[in-house]
Amino acid sequence: MNHLRDQYGKEIEDVLARYPETQKRAAVMPLLYIAQREDGYVSTQDMDDIAELLAISTTDVASIVGFYTLYHDEQAGRYRIQVCNDLPCALRGADDFLDGLCDHLGVKPGETTPDGVVTVEAVMCLAACDKAPMFQVQSYDGIAYHEVQTVKSAVKLVDGWRKEKASG
Amino acid sequence: MAEHILLRHRDNKEISKLPTYRKGSGFSAFERAVTKLNPEEVTDIVFDSGLRGRGGAGFPTGLKWRFMDKNNWPHYVAVNADESEPGTFKDRELMESNPYQFLEGVMLCAYAVGCNDAYIYLRGEFWDLAHELDKHITKLHKEKLLGDQLFGTEYSLRIHTHLGAGAYICGEETAMLESLEGKLGQPRLRPPFPPSFGLFGKPTVVNNVETLANVPLILEKGAKWYRGFGTEKSPGTKIFSLSGNVMKPGNYELPLGTTFRELIFEHGGGLREGRSIKAIMPAGASSSLIVANDVALDTQMDYENVPNVGAMLGSASIIVIDDSVSMDWLINKTVHFFEHESCGKCTPCREGTYWMKNITERIHHGEAVWDDVLLLNDVATNIKGKCLCALGDFATEAVTSSIERFREDFETRVPQSRPKTEVKLSL
Repeated sequence: MNHLRDQYGKEIEDVLARYPETQKRAAVMPLLYIAQREDGYVSTQDMDDIAELLAISTTDVASIVGFYTLYHDEQAGRYRIQVCNDLPCALRGADDFLDGLCDHLGVKPGETTPDGVVTVEAVMCLAACDKAPMFQVQSYDGIAYHEVQTVKSAVKLVDGWRKEKASG
Repeated sequence: MAEHILLRHRDNKEISKLPTYRKGSGFSAFERAVTKLNPEEVTDIVFDSGLRGRGGAGFPTGLKWRFMDKNNWPHYVAVNADESEPGTFKDRELMESNPYQFLEGVMLCAYAVGCNDAYIYLRGEFWDLAHELDKHITKLHKEKLLGDQLFGTEYSLRIHTHLGAGAYICGEETAMLESLEGKLGQPRLRPPFPPSFGLFGKPTVVNNVETLANVPLILEKGAKWYRGFGTEKSPGTKIFSLSGNVMKPGNYELPLGTTFRELIFEHGGGLREGRSIKAIMPAGASSSLIVANDVALDTQMDYENVPNVGAMLGSASIIVIDDSVSMDWLINKTVHFFEHESCGKCTPCREGTYWMKNITERIHHGEAVWDDVLLLNDVATNIKGKCLCALGDFATEAVTSSIERFREDFETRVPQSRPKTEVKLSL
């Protein structure tokens, strides 16, 4: 019983076809993104499934999840607002932006709002230094950039998600 | 610049569309290479152009291609699109807005080194961009510019994108190859270098996005034409990513050898009113801090001249620092970055960046004594040169250079400005 294979068989085959047949392990990162699509994190069951598909150990898969910051092993908000406050962004007001946003949402960096909609995180450089303050939004099925932001514009985005959630 | 060689979408927005790119002679260099030139001839042209790697090291591109081990097959091309250096944002614009020129560069490189499967390793954050590139690649297959037996020859080529997942270290070429193989992104001991032992243990060329984007026009117009830009030792144009305390941050494509002054004041619009320039970091967070005096501002930005003012050109991510910034705050930022991004493989870097973080925190929050500044300098010097890759060294550049060149910033931060013990700083 391999849930990932049952659910995404064709897509997984396409991913595997990109790498030499003897190098299946190379597919571990794309498969982790597929696993994360359903609820925004990789469960231990997902790790077992991927290990089986690639003929590596679950520990190998778990180490990849632990090493890379875009994989998560526990659930957080539906949307992760990841604010860059590295040096170039900080020179353009990113720290104040992050503080303002956190204050408004009533959370500290790393925390999730009580309604489970948003997690705010401070992250490392996102290669958009000329468009600071900026953040990316990691949702279950992708990552999108939001550049030249203010607390007001970010809050508007969050309000939109909340409305979406309320209307089901 | 009158006309761009790389940021050509600034002259013609439509170049991101395949028909427009093809109309402007796009892919004619690739077709001519595959049908009329042998791989060595393509490599020779790139070698003669003097093109140097734009990822930071400035290694001659043609020479790297010549190093590929011809007794070991298959050969791979792994494009470094991991762009993660704080202050660097050029590859993203190139791939987003002039994607086909970049892809043609990948294809020419692949042909030159006899590769049939090329991989583009993008940082995971470039999620949307990777999906756009996938669509472009599909179009190239439909137009028979990619696939089997191209232009009726025996040559076949496929390009695959591969998303990373948030790790600065994967911009280091051997860590990137490990990551592409599905392992932790940790650097390998070198030698052997990738052209003899690279991806899946096979000879591999690793090139930066911007490097490869130069190649189509070099093939089309010739090495001599390309050498008409830039300096003798650093030919061509370069995309300078300008950020920090400057009025108009952004990417500027200028000939190598342009001065800092021209970039910052003419193109970048200078600093905010009432502010003066204090320091420049020419290679992103990995850079030493240059004191922004007249000598520095009049220095040419190329691989040979920037070292004269005590830094490297690197990937040319110019961070401008004004006089409102204190260096204890600045290095606290950079050290936090490197502590977070250290992969943990080499002890000096893993432990050293952690200790530097503790000390810079103390200094920045006014809880340190002068001995702490000396200790910080000592830890930094002990990391340098003792790790498998450059990350360890990079973590120390801003630290040691700012203690040396902006000592007064630390003296005002530390309550006892006189050393408790008379330890002489050897800088």
